[in-house]
Amino acid sequence: MLKTFKKGGVHPHENKFSANSPIQPIDPPQKIFVPLSQSLGAPSKPVVKKGDEVKAGDILATGESFISSYLHSPVSGKIENIDDFIDVSGYRKPAIFIEVTGSEWNASVNLSDELKEDITLEGASIIQKVKEMGVVGLGGATFPTHVKLMIPQGKKAELLIINGVECEPYLTSDHRLMLEKPREIITGTRILMKALGVTRAIIGIENNKPDAINLLSKHASSYPGIEVCPLRVKYPQGGEKQLIQALTGREVPSGKLPIEVGCIVQNVGTAFAVYQAVQKNRPLVERVVTVTGTNVLHPSNFLVKIGTPVSALLEKAGWQPEKAGKVIAGGPMMGKALLNADVPIVKGTSGILVLNGKESLRPKVQPCIRCAQCVSACPMGLEPYYLARVSEVEKFDLAENGAILDCIECGSCQYICPSARPLLDHIRLGKLKVNQIIRSRNQ
Amino acid sequence: MNPLIVSGSPHIHGEMTIKSIMWGVVIALLPAWLAGVWFFGIGAVIVTLVSIASCVLFEFLIQKFVLKQEPTVNDGSAVVTGLLLAMNVPSSLPWWQVVIGSLVAIGIVKMAFGGLGKNLFNPALIARVFLLISFPVTMTTWPLPIESRANVFNFDGVTGPTPLGTLKTQLAMGQTVAQIKLPSYTNLLWGNIGGSFGEVSAIALIIGGIYMLYRKIITWHIPVSFILTAFIFSGILCLVNPNRYADPVFHILAGGLLIGAIFMATDLVTSPMTAWGKIIFGIGCGVFTILIRVFGAYPEGVSFAILIMNAFVPLIDRAFKPKRFGEVK
Ligand code: SF4
Ligand code: SF4
Repeated sequence: MLKTFKKGGVHPHENKFSANSPIQPIDPPQKIFVPLSQSLGAPSKPVVKKGDEVKAGDILATGESFISSYLHSPVSGKIENIDDFIDVSGYRKPAIFIEVTGSEWNASVNLSDELKEDITLEGASIIQKVKEMGVVGLGGATFPTHVKLMIPQGKKAELLIINGVECEPYLTSDHRLMLEKPREIITGTRILMKALGVTRAIIGIENNKPDAINLLSKHASSYPGIEVCPLRVKYPQGGEKQLIQALTGREVPSGKLPIEVGCIVQNVGTAFAVYQAVQKNRPLVERVVTVTGTNVLHPSNFLVKIGTPVSALLEKAGWQPEKAGKVIAGGPMMGKALLNADVPIVKGTSGILVLNGKESLRPKVQPCIRCAQCVSACPMGLEPYYLARVSEVEKFDLAENGAILDCIECGSCQYICPSARPLLDHIRLGKLKVNQIIRSRNQ
Repeated sequence: MNPLIVSGSPHIHGEMTIKSIMWGVVIALLPAWLAGVWFFGIGAVIVTLVSIASCVLFEFLIQKFVLKQEPTVNDGSAVVTGLLLAMNVPSSLPWWQVVIGSLVAIGIVKMAFGGLGKNLFNPALIARVFLLISFPVTMTTWPLPIESRANVFNFDGVTGPTPLGTLKTQLAMGQTVAQIKLPSYTNLLWGNIGGSFGEVSAIALIIGGIYMLYRKIITWHIPVSFILTAFIFSGILCLVNPNRYADPVFHILAGGLLIGAIFMATDLVTSPMTAWGKIIFGIGCGVFTILIRVFGAYPEGVSFAILIMNAFVPLIDRAFKPKRFGEVK
């Protein structure tokens, strides 16, 4: 029996249309714009100004406050402006606009594709390098990787977990990367192990990707500390806490980080970016993005320069705009619906999913029939129907007592609800309010 | 380009709907219904048709003209209530009493509480108990299986007691269990016994239960804890005094215990939400069923037992929370 997490979970249709489509580089358009806030934490500080000429790989902005990250130019070109744009949520956010003139790289970057397996850097300098190269978590949360590698005082890392689960339906970018860059990912894993000073790593991959499991197992076999573990398909297995439990049986306590149980989780895409940063001195300026959907003519996996507008990818994949109802950055369970397709791809964009008109409509909301499906589906052991109801009637103390802050916003409850109740809409709002209340209480 | 739709995640929805659940319950009831029609014939069909039609009609009329809502009868929940009510009464029940039962189930229990999902008690069960109290004669006149098949409005000469009724009256007359002639296990299993026409066939009910488990409409907790508790409780009594107390297998197969444990106690709206809550609920149902059967005035106690436990559901829901991931105590 394959391993998986214990509580809850759902089985949406996988719809991995683009699984067989090799990663394909896509040229940036004439103009790109790189948002200054791409990772969790403070926005980066620009070090270029209007009119500057930059090469690919040059630093655009620094991230010196604790949780923030460096940004590099994905192209060579001229800084046109530093100005606001409307982000995915409709907020005005600052970005660096670049007029693209070519793809000439900063000379310090090693552009060869040759595999480099020897790790020459030592622990602390690896972390410094990862920071300077702007590596952040590529699984979606975009937490700066170097911060995650610095173990807090009094805690001890003992196991590195590499997340190759890709449990979101439709998305295939991690899957393709594992198939096409397995040895780089293994080397990246070894670099992360060295930085953390751990001797064991487990790569978790769901059983619907047997090719990736076989390939990575083969390449990992020469490193006794690295193990590839197939997992039973179940959403949200890619959630940090769920993945740790699936692989080790350990339960991260409520409100705590994985390090509490000695684990650090990194995505496969991040492991690859770490390889590029440490072995090739190559900053994180591009990533693999799946572009897919029922009515997308060529579901694809593109290698995309950060800052490329979503619309450029959609056109390349043949998205049939007249049939589109929703465009989602990320997967269908946790992704964000875009207001328009002019926003740029950022470090955290794992996919662009186009839903057609029919798929975009929510089913009609009906009364709760107390079927408890949401309770059984919640991977955190919460009572979603209850949290949604108390949030709706603004009883936030009850929401807090019901552990609303434990909710990982996986959407399983709303997905399964036969009455199609907007559970997560209410819970999200409740979380926001409870967080505000706690903050003002602590002041 | 059309304007894009924006809403919060998740952006996809599973296949389960109220409709699919309700029709799933109907499908699960079908084997037991067919068994009932096989043993009790035309009467069972008439009671079913009257019950479903009147439940659906009352729901439609009340929503449309009293509550002035958009009627939601096509969600199938009124059909389920109608079918369950029918299967829980004798096939000889006069049609107008069936209609009154439907009015109680839909009008009083369901709609007056605010409609689907809001009622505290199981509508079909309240209606059944209401009928039992209002029409004690017709509600305890039991057509004989097979022999009553062709009878429509006149059941003279083709009625007899239920197994539990036989047990109760004969015990009261001072006989020991061994002296009382009870139906064989085979007849109990297949349903060749007197009773409400939907409750008789143990096999058919169990098949329906397995189907609902497979479709994930219900979980095992309530039926298993209900049946197991009744089994253990009646088993202990039987060990203590086999002359006065029937054996546990008889208690499980006779009367409404299986339809109650599989279809009535598991009613989504009126049962607890968490695993432990459901187990406690099932245990309560089992204990009350046997208590009423053995020590109460009525030969059968399933309906009362479930209704009593229905009243505890809000409390149970508050007391039994699911185990949270990484809960720090
Ligand atoms: S979104 Fe939150 S409440 Fe809903 S299933 Fe996921 S963790 Fe549970
Ligand atoms: S899944 Fe929906 S209908 Fe069922 S209990 Fe939860 S909120 Fe109510």
